[in-house]
Amino acid sequence: MKKLDNILKNPLVSTVLAIILGFMVASVILLAVGYKPGQCLAVMFNAVFSRPKFIMNVIIKSSPIILTGLSVFFAFKSGLFNIGAEGQYIASTIVTTILGIILDLPPLIQVPVIVLGGVLAGALLGAAVGFLKAKFGINEVITSIMFNWIALYLCNYVSNSERFHRPESDGTFSIRDSGFTNLFYNWKFSKEGREYLKNNQFLNDAVLKTDFSLNFIIAVIMAFVVWLILYKTVKGYEFRVSGINVDAARNNGMCVERNIVYSMLIAGALSGLAGALTVTGTGSHNIHVLAIFENNGFNGMSVALIAGGTPFGCIFAGLLFSGLIYAGQSLQFKTGAPSEIVNIMIGVIVFFVALTQFMPTLVDMISKRRNKDV
Amino acid sequence: MFSSIFMTFAITLMYSTPLAFAAIGGVICERSGIVNIGLEGMMSIGAFTGVAVGYYTGSPWLGFLCGGLAGGLLALLHAVASITFMADQTVSGIAINLIGPGLSLFLSRLLFHGATTTLPVPKKLPKLINISSVNFNVDITVLLALIVVITAWFIMRRTKWGLRIRALGEHPAAVDTLGVSVYRSRYACVILSGILAGFGGASVTLAIISQFTPTAISGQGFIALAAVIFGKWRCSGAYLACLLFGFAQALVVVLGGGNLIIPSDILAMLPYILTIVVLILFVGNSSAPKASGKPYQKGSR
Repeated sequence: MKKLDNILKNPLVSTVLAIILGFMVASVILLAVGYKPGQCLAVMFNAVFSRPKFIMNVIIKSSPIILTGLSVFFAFKSGLFNIGAEGQYIASTIVTTILGIILDLPPLIQVPVIVLGGVLAGALLGAAVGFLKAKFGINEVITSIMFNWIALYLCNYVSNSERFHRPESDGTFSIRDSGFTNLFYNWKFSKEGREYLKNNQFLNDAVLKTDFSLNFIIAVIMAFVVWLILYKTVKGYEFRVSGINVDAARNNGMCVERNIVYSMLIAGALSGLAGALTVTGTGSHNIHVLAIFENNGFNGMSVALIAGGTPFGCIFAGLLFSGLIYAGQSLQFKTGAPSEIVNIMIGVIVFFVALTQFMPTLVDMISKRRNKDV
Repeated sequence: MFSSIFMTFAITLMYSTPLAFAAIGGVICERSGIVNIGLEGMMSIGAFTGVAVGYYTGSPWLGFLCGGLAGGLLALLHAVASITFMADQTVSGIAINLIGPGLSLFLSRLLFHGATTTLPVPKKLPKLINISSVNFNVDITVLLALIVVITAWFIMRRTKWGLRIRALGEHPAAVDTLGVSVYRSRYACVILSGILAGFGGASVTLAIISQFTPTAISGQGFIALAAVIFGKWRCSGAYLACLLFGFAQALVVVLGGGNLIIPSDILAMLPYILTIVVLILFVGNSSAPKASGKPYQKGSR
């Protein structure tokens, strides 16, 4: 019995349970509206795993949400709710794009400069939220929500501005290719590169046809860095204490106010890194007019929650999330089932994550009662 | 000149009304000790259900009512998680925000031939005042929202029920000792907040625009949430916050129509910047109800 208790208390088990339940509920919904859940799941599975290109795309798409997930996770651990990851992400894409267009440095300097510019933009926005909370006591949720919108309209302003707008598009010019973080970008489109890749089906699919870049590796490294800061430094310890019990932190001489600013600064920097790398490494390397949020930051919240309490969990949660979104598009194309089933599925998973967090308490209660009976 | 004053007034009311419904719901819910981040999701499902029912039955009032019910049903999920299962209320709220819009778009594709934008309803909710010569019209929902605000204020401040709700958020064990069920009362408050948020959503799609689109509720639930905090968890404060926000939106529309040098995208930031400035200047420290966010466990110390 004790063994079972421990298994049920393991956060990993409850997370996996939540994911399975999410798939089950989605299947029931699909069945209820007249689609074959088995077929749908098979289509979704194939959409992700049937070609190296698809797997690579899922990995590439997961990088920004892993980073915003880490951002939300970091703030959570410090007792703060970073609903502003979205705005920090957007602010960073704006600054990275502007710097990437204006500056013209050799790649080895250009890349770090424009990425750092973006990181700084996100960090400052995060720190501003922290400062307003520490200094004026304004709830971070409300300022974050406002900053999200301000960042969105700033993005639209820059996209429409005379200096940066690319004619006949809804976005800006692309950044200079000296700022790209794609790997083998010049090589893979060169003659030798094409020759080489032609002989290797796997690489041809996974490298040539995708935005093959460093982003995912950087995201994984950042998960390690977050773990290092939170669990191996004095400041990280202070953050965590403030997250668990503010009064305890204050009574032990920690400057809670300053820690709020620092913590939001780091959280903002992580979201900023997500934005900067998205511009330098993927798509058309620019920003464009946003009608609504693209949810890179908001999805980070779900990623942080599914992560199950460790920064490394964010990597797997990010991959799962990105895989589901990618599969959803293909699901609609192939079976006609609305792709929004994926959003429902993710929502249900998060819902069950919320429920299963209660599991340890429940197990404790039951085992206490059992012991009493004995 | 005169017409632009009228217009500012009308747009202020138009923008603030859906927010007011949801914000009052938020106040009631949070005052009872349950954090409700899911207002956005509840508004979305209300907005969609309102249109779907309004379109297929032809009755906007029935649609409005069902919009509220749909919001209430989604809130029931939140209540089950956060009250019965003592789940983390923020996490559950985020789940609601994913499920609400997801379900709305999913059902929209099923009921409206694969499109995420529904067809317009045949009949919108009636106007209370409509003077087209000065461009002044006020929706009936404005009056309904005002009634909701005043009723909620009266209940919260002047009745025994209101006192109990407020006590639930500060010290639930004290309410329990009076023989009032903490669980049942909180369930009622959470579901009520969902119904109100659903009304808010339906008032967007049945009174202002006449159809559901993926952007119909983009972010209004979060603004309502901000209004709850802005108004320091009071009905009157939250309503004023909604009015302020609506007024700023009206300024954007009215100023944007003139020959102003400010680009429209910069002007659009005004409501959000104004909110932060007002918060810094006037509001100061705000603290949530003491027991809010903490699950109540009977008999625990």
